[in-house]
Amino acid sequence: MTMVLELREVSKIYGSGAAEVHALRGVNLSVSGGELVAVMGPSGSGKSTLLTIAGSLEEPTSGEVLVAGTGLSGASPNDQAKLRRRLIGYVFQDFNLLAGLTAVENVTLPLELDGVGARTARPAGIRALEELGVADRADRFPDELSGGERQRVAIARAVMGERQILLADEPTGALDSVNGEAVLRLLRAACHRGVAGLVVTHDPQLAACADRVVFLRDGRIIDQTRTPAGPESLLTPGPQR
Amino acid sequence: MILDGQQHHVLFALGYYNSYANGYDDWLAGPVSVRHALLALLSEGPKYGLRLQQEFEERTGEVWPLNVGQVYITLQRLERDGLVESGGQGASGPQKRFSITQAGSAELEAWLRTPAGDIPPPRNELVIKVLISLRVPGADVHDIVQAHRRHMIELMQRYWHLKADAAEDDVSLALIADAELFRLEGIVRWLDAADTRLSLHPLSPDPAGPAVAAAPAALRPETGIRR
Repeated sequence: MTMVLELREVSKIYGSGAAEVHALRGVNLSVSGGELVAVMGPSGSGKSTLLTIAGSLEEPTSGEVLVAGTGLSGASPNDQAKLRRRLIGYVFQDFNLLAGLTAVENVTLPLELDGVGARTARPAGIRALEELGVADRADRFPDELSGGERQRVAIARAVMGERQILLADEPTGALDSVNGEAVLRLLRAACHRGVAGLVVTHDPQLAACADRVVFLRDGRIIDQTRTPAGPESLLTPGPQR
Repeated sequence: MILDGQQHHVLFALGYYNSYANGYDDWLAGPVSVRHALLALLSEGPKYGLRLQQEFEERTGEVWPLNVGQVYITLQRLERDGLVESGGQGASGPQKRFSITQAGSAELEAWLRTPAGDIPPPRNELVIKVLISLRVPGADVHDIVQAHRRHMIELMQRYWHLKADAAEDDVSLALIADAELFRLEGIVRWLDAADTRLSLHPLSPDPAGPAVAAAPAALRPETGIRR
């Protein structure tokens, strides 16, 4: 599998002197195309910082972030923004859809910002909505959609175009468990089509749907799950005591 | 008669709840009601004892082997209690066909509606391990909590995959997986809370310290701490 997202010895320090806070300390993390990785940790463990640095919304104090093998630091802010729009999609807990745009306009906004005309962008947006089962809502505004539908639109926006990385911050936090599960299935399906997914959460249910779970504590990765065994292992005896 | 999907899953659930694969939940490893499982199978119509045993084992054999002797003993007791009746004049053993009585149907209906035990486990091994680790020199309670957390999340991943691999309309399997996922989630959340509490208020490794001694008398039997 191709490594799509790599964090190498990434550290982040906020403030200085006595007020210095080490949000991340030498984090190494790689996510392959087709893989969904969850990062779990308590509040203040550095989850959000990890996500913003992985998405190049913030620069690390030291270390580097590689997206599809290319380092983003060093590029001009303008070029970074273009690369972000082209390669990285974000899904947030509160959906972050623009209220004045329809579902399909929200989905195609990143393409249009990159100069793709509306006549080309719209069919691509409809296709993305179709994959998530909400094409019939394309011309509705966000306040006309249910929570589950809004999150589907947000995922469609996040994976549309040539996106290679999908970053999500508690993407099911605003949904009930059954709708949350439907969204997670779509997130997994989107990743398994080749996108590298990284989701931060403190929700064990959300983490359980990931292919790999990484545990963060005090800015360090302290542990990670092993490759999950198949469901048949549920029928074998547990650990010996 | 072949078991339908719904029955498979119910028996499957009974089977793995009984064997309790993860070894953390002694309180659920108590006797799952063979009586009621047999009554449920008979509620579809009369069956021979051997058929009941086969239907039972088709799904749970590996985790809950039930020999035909157990089936007949249970059926005898059910018959003695007037909950099933056997047909076939003079028939015995495998020739006997059993059917559920009105009283048996009422018993099954009442059992289905009886609240499942909601008392805490008599010995919660995980709580004990975390409490004891506070007293062991050199043991890092946070590492111990993390080892259990990782194990629980790995178990949850397996249940998630079980659900994800199943057909979307396989509601009974989803319900069984959900039950386990929510139970395991509760354990992970307890571990998270323990981790945070122990970070905020590290306990001294003093055996006379407050960690265990402060537990109210009424709670002691439930944590299984013996003095």
